[in-house]
Amino acid sequence: MNPADLVRFSAEALTGHRLRAGLSLLGVAIGVSSVILLTSLGEGARVYVTGEFSSLGTNLLIIEPGRNETTGGSTIGGTGVTRDLTLEDALSLRRRVPRLRFVAPIAAGQVSARYGERERVVIVVGTTADYAPLRGVHMRSGRYLPKGETALGQRVCVLGPKLEQALFAGENAVGKLVRLGDERFRVVGVWSPRGVSLGRDFDENAHVPVAAGMRMFDSSGLSEIDADVTSHDQIEPARTAVLAVLKERHEGVEDATVVTQGSIVGSLTRILAILTAALAGIAAVSLSVAGIGIMNVMLVSVSERTGEVGLLKALGVTRAQVVAAFLVEAAILSTAGGMVGAGFGYAGARAVQTLYPAFPMFPPDWAVALALLVSVSVGLVFGVLPAWRASRLDPVAALSRR
Amino acid sequence: MIQLSSVRRVFELGGHSVHALREIDLEVPAGEYLSVMGPSGSGKSTLLNILGCLDRPTAGSYRLDGDEVGRLDETVLSHIRGHRIGFVFQSFHLVPRLTAFANVELPMVFAGVARGERAERVERALRAVGLLERADHRPAQLSGGERQRVAIARAVVMGPKVLLADEPTGNLDSVSGGEVIALLERMNAEGLTLIVVTHDLALGSRARRHVRMADGAVIEDSARSRGAGPGPRASLPSGDGA
Repeated sequence: MNPADLVRFSAEALTGHRLRAGLSLLGVAIGVSSVILLTSLGEGARVYVTGEFSSLGTNLLIIEPGRNETTGGSTIGGTGVTRDLTLEDALSLRRRVPRLRFVAPIAAGQVSARYGERERVVIVVGTTADYAPLRGVHMRSGRYLPKGETALGQRVCVLGPKLEQALFAGENAVGKLVRLGDERFRVVGVWSPRGVSLGRDFDENAHVPVAAGMRMFDSSGLSEIDADVTSHDQIEPARTAVLAVLKERHEGVEDATVVTQGSIVGSLTRILAILTAALAGIAAVSLSVAGIGIMNVMLVSVSERTGEVGLLKALGVTRAQVVAAFLVEAAILSTAGGMVGAGFGYAGARAVQTLYPAFPMFPPDWAVALALLVSVSVGLVFGVLPAWRASRLDPVAALSRR
Repeated sequence: MIQLSSVRRVFELGGHSVHALREIDLEVPAGEYLSVMGPSGSGKSTLLNILGCLDRPTAGSYRLDGDEVGRLDETVLSHIRGHRIGFVFQSFHLVPRLTAFANVELPMVFAGVARGERAERVERALRAVGLLERADHRPAQLSGGERQRVAIARAVVMGPKVLLADEPTGNLDSVSGGEVIALLERMNAEGLTLIVVTHDLALGSRARRHVRMADGAVIEDSARSRGAGPGPRASLPSGDGA
């Protein structure tokens, strides 16, 4: 028998139960579109987050206290006691690792900021003049933190434009005194708007010299040291040199971690890829549910068409042909469902993109291909039982029905 | 040529053995017009199913044109049903979603006949039953008699040697029943072996040869009892003339 005739016969059979066929097709469509939408979300999250990290600067090294195999998280590792990173550590890195272009010690915390009657709780970053080129801070008015080791304890501060607006309400802040925690700081500059990064609004922060910051938070250690190198291939040698200097300063214990942008992005990419796969897996469950729907419809179809199966056998149709006819019918249902679902999925992704243009929502090709492949096989797999049943019908009994 | 010898068919039903056919011996030469009559439960439908290769004898031998049917596998039997035997059923068994044309075409689709040849043969078969102009009607748009004529066209489109009709007029009024019988008899006259199973005496007695069954056995065969000649052949309503 000609394959085209087989497909035509099976497709026509579907017109005999349009509503049921349509509903089970919809089941597959929902399954496929959810695979596509959820993987788009996962992929979008990955692209978005890696994009955000790239905006931090590509040649950045972040030195954190404690030894971690992964990035961030607990600083209590297997090496026992962890020493703080100190200001002296930062200063000696600056002197002894010439590959590092800028080195900015960082002690950050939250305090309340006050000017006159207006008060805000703000994040204050205690750092040095090197922080501005590291993080791409450009001044709108005044200047940034003063250079030199003698300036580390000065009570001066630089404000983000939003913080300036919040405290000074349009007044020029430069030269004014603002209270940060328990001390008064002179505002020496305001930087240009820099925007939101990783969900945090940088422009609401204040920067102070690092020693003044440590005093403010009553802390003897740094939260991290940021540094950078001039080119990407300097990152690994710089990492080795930094760890060597710190090990020597910490009595031979390697108790600091250098996080590079590559390692952050790498682990985030891994995490988000797993997330995407998990989402795809969850969506695949709905596809198998859709498969059971198809099986149900096909079983009903076989029992409704018992007489027809008997007739086909009387007309000389073989068992294999009966199996093929019902399998093709199920496969047409699930394939059509898969295609409709792919359409839904793309439309949904397009809709999300229109609503949130910042979020990159692209259905990954592998997910679309996989969803379509799975939907076809769902029809074939779940069509087997009904088709087999139909082929085993006794023609005499089947013909006497109806 | 159909040869049954000592054919038995036993059904096992809930631990009981039901003897549907007991020791049937029957020979039907090509071109015969045979009616099988008897009350329901007499085994005439079982006999027809075995003749049509839809069922196999429990014991005994069934030779169709010399082939021992009982020994053939399912695929070969399908081929025999498709090419050598035509079926006509009381309830027509047309596929409701398909047009008259597509219903007649159906056996050729599965037998792998090329499209162009199929159309030609469907047209010829529909013309022979006088329904060419109704080719694109679905069964629901046809009268009972028309439906049975479509079914007959389908039964002969593969060019079988034997036509098995199970109560072909059972669901029809007398006028369309007469037309259907006239059609079947005309095909018999053209050389097709025609076996009609019925409990309608008037229909059964039209056949050249009558077999009467009871309790799974042949109790009367007009070919063997010399007294009974061919049945009375009443004047027929002339064919549909299309």
